[in-house]
Amino acid sequence: MALLSFERKYRVRGGTLLGGDLFDFWVGPFYVGFFGVTSVFFAVLGTALIIYGAALGPTWNIWRINISPPDMSYGLALAPFQEGGLWQAVTVCALGSFISWALREVEIARKLGIGLHVPFAYGVAIGAYFTLEVIRPVLMGAWGNAFPYGIFSHLEWVSNTGYKYVNFHYNPAHMIAVSFFFATTFALSLHGSLILSAVNPGKGQTVKTPEHEDTFFRDVMGYSIGTLGIHRLGLFLALSAGLWSAICIVISGPVWSQGWPEWWNWWRNLPIWG
Amino acid sequence: MAGYQNILTQVQVRGPVELGIPLPVGQMSRDLKPWFSRLLGYFGNAQIGPIYLGTLGVISLICGFLAFEIIGLNMWASVNWNPIEFVRQLPWLSLQPPPPEYGLQILPPLDQGGWWLMAGFFMTTSVILWCIRTYVRARALGLGTHVAWAFAAAIWLMLVLGFIRPVLMGTWSEAVPFGIFPHLDWVGAFSIRYGNLFYNPFHCLSIVFLYGSTLLFAMHGATILAVSRYGGERELEQITDRGTASERAALFWRWTMGFNATMESIHRWAWWFAVLTPLAGGIGILITGTVVDDWHTWAVNHHYAFTE
Repeated sequence: MALLSFERKYRVRGGTLLGGDLFDFWVGPFYVGFFGVTSVFFAVLGTALIIYGAALGPTWNIWRINISPPDMSYGLALAPFQEGGLWQAVTVCALGSFISWALREVEIARKLGIGLHVPFAYGVAIGAYFTLEVIRPVLMGAWGNAFPYGIFSHLEWVSNTGYKYVNFHYNPAHMIAVSFFFATTFALSLHGSLILSAVNPGKGQTVKTPEHEDTFFRDVMGYSIGTLGIHRLGLFLALSAGLWSAICIVISGPVWSQGWPEWWNWWRNLPIWG
Repeated sequence: MAGYQNILTQVQVRGPVELGIPLPVGQMSRDLKPWFSRLLGYFGNAQIGPIYLGTLGVISLICGFLAFEIIGLNMWASVNWNPIEFVRQLPWLSLQPPPPEYGLQILPPLDQGGWWLMAGFFMTTSVILWCIRTYVRARALGLGTHVAWAFAAAIWLMLVLGFIRPVLMGTWSEAVPFGIFPHLDWVGAFSIRYGNLFYNPFHCLSIVFLYGSTLLFAMHGATILAVSRYGGERELEQITDRGTASERAALFWRWTMGFNATMESIHRWAWWFAVLTPLAGGIGILITGTVVDDWHTWAVNHHYAFTE
């Protein structure tokens, strides 16, 4: 059994949102639950559909397998299976699986008596995916505006979509999103480093304390956010990165359809410059 | 259940200020009389200060200030010292590296990239001194030097962009200009010039680690906040003497995805993901133009892009 030494006392009944005791059990290390069943169902179906799409497609090259959304001419209608209907089915499966997974996290958190921060954070990621694949295509009137499923095909979509707005780096929300990604990674490196440096101070030295952590950051930059604060900051930065990513793409097209460099003309044309 | 997610600190306790772990003999003293910010206290520690400036810190700040001033004054000069135009055009203003005909000349005319070289020199000095400072400060407190080495990874990317790659290409003009939009223009032009950086495998890796770091911090921050009701944020204590917070945090991920880190190992994951972001990115930039001239062609040759 894949049971940790302290695990048995935590494996208790209850905390489920749906299904009562029916699926309230574990398989190996995995908790199942009603949403575990639906999550696996959608994940297996979606993966099978992608493999089927690959079989229909021109290549088994893992980098090039591609499941495209329907052509623009289909608008927001259901498309024939081989002309984007497959992509639509995969998208439904993906959302079904992601949302099930989030709800399963809620059940696990309830079972363990801990906060719901993880499923909430995961919800922000699902929101970004939903924005890219559903909200923006709906606002623009065609599923053809969504990104395709494939390792390099989705990168090509990102590249092409970026150049459609001339230089995407000028998108103000993209600037904010990228800044949050960099800031999160920077903060993560500092937090990881600080904990490791306190626990691994070198041969013959004793493990240090939170007072050392605070002192180090105060000595270096005059402020230490503290043990609780750094996790609030990390979560805030990371979720902001996801949120602003969603904003930066959903305004490209529905709100602003020209080049992003031109968007900044409002600043140069403010009446205050005289 | 919904009432206690510990998003903000609801009761702020004001004890005497913490002056910090005593420094070893022979060190300078700390500056800045500490004070409290109620606003900061909602989110993290309320106390601001003290700070240890020291020789390295002071020289680093002076160099950083000089770089900032050189860049700012050059930008201001480029609009004929008009203060209104300076603010109006600020995002577009730049300090450019020397044009290609100056090659790697150390002292080109000041208005032909000489100021750029000087600003770059002071910025680099400032950043490297600050990195050494994190090393020295850690040793003075008997801590490991992980912060300094992570910092060095970021300096590696900065040096590749502004120094190592231009030297290998034989001209400073290959380097990144200073300026908000100008540096973005450089990034865009760089990708187009070398056949789309999305096909650069090290660019792919760097983005994977960048997004991976964000994912990890979301997971870690959320997990610790979720078990903060059991004192989970006292990570050092949980590492050396595992409590129910660590156990619940570990089991959450074990039950969710079949695998869990430990209270210590999650910080190793964090450190490596964050450090590998600029490390891989720097390799990707270094080999662009020096080893590989067109990433799309390279990708076609290696069977992950098609000719279109």
